[in-house]
Amino acid sequence: MNDMDKKAKVARQFIAAIPHSRALEMRVDTVHAGRAELSLPYNERFVGDPESGVLHGGVVTALLDTAMGTAVVSHPQSMGGTATIDLRIDYMRSATKGQRLRAEAECYRVTRSVAFVRATAYDEGDEPVAAAAGAFTVEGVKP
Amino acid sequence: MKQPEPVQVIKKRRDAALADLVGGIPYIGFLGVTFERRGDELTATLPYGEHLVGNPILPALHGGAVGAFLEIAAQVELGWQTYWPQFEAGATGPKLIPKTIDFTVDYLRSGLPRDAYARAVVNRSGRRFASVHVEAWQDNRTKLFAQATGHFLMPQIEV
Repeated sequence: MNDMDKKAKVARQFIAAIPHSRALEMRVDTVHAGRAELSLPYNERFVGDPESGVLHGGVVTALLDTAMGTAVVSHPQSMGGTATIDLRIDYMRSATKGQRLRAEAECYRVTRSVAFVRATAYDEGDEPVAAAAGAFTVEGVKP
Repeated sequence: MKQPEPVQVIKKRRDAALADLVGGIPYIGFLGVTFERRGDELTATLPYGEHLVGNPILPALHGGAVGAFLEIAAQVELGWQTYWPQFEAGATGPKLIPKTIDFTVDYLRSGLPRDAYARAVVNRSGRRFASVHVEAWQDNRTKLFAQATGHFLMPQIEV
């Protein structure tokens, strides 16, 4: 197993060990070198507007935040865990009722203490549901 | 001269209005968020639960759960203030929760494995948009563990 495969495995285990991610039934679809794709199923318990049946923004926030954290820990330069410093989310539209929610995150820069990440959330369509930008802590950097 | 309303009548009406606004949203129930009311002032509580943990080793609350809690506190405060005059006039009926345009969370400390509280302030609400700031703390009111600012679309439906 090479270094990157090991990192991907660690990242999967990292998500599987998070109670909140488990409660939202999150799944790691792909993870590789500072990029991660996570998704979760539609669930009536996570609805924010009973009239339309769409998921609450908080669910989108949790998925984006987790995907972004996964992208950070999978980055070749990152050696440990991470925590969110700042997270901004733009909601473009509601996620379609009944569809899976998917997030793509990219950690595009790692400094000695901070990782910069962007992410986009989609339902089963191609139009983004939400976009996010965030700064995360870095614990231990590989030179 | 008109007699003031009996206190029980006012309390019952306001508590029912709040329960109506919050009660219909499944995700608020999933997280376990509750609201306490003093007059028109609301305080949101996120009771600690294992399902909110993001780092089981520390342990610490999940950033997504904290963000969601703040967003709920901001949204409900805005909805509450928007509909307050109609609640006071005794109107009932379906209420639209404001839609979030953007939300920026500032994580100041890691969330400890215990209850968290939040209060939101509507800094501006116009015909179409509103800007809301929300602060969250745990043990000490002056030591915030997270804060956020968000913009919302005003609900366009009359009660």
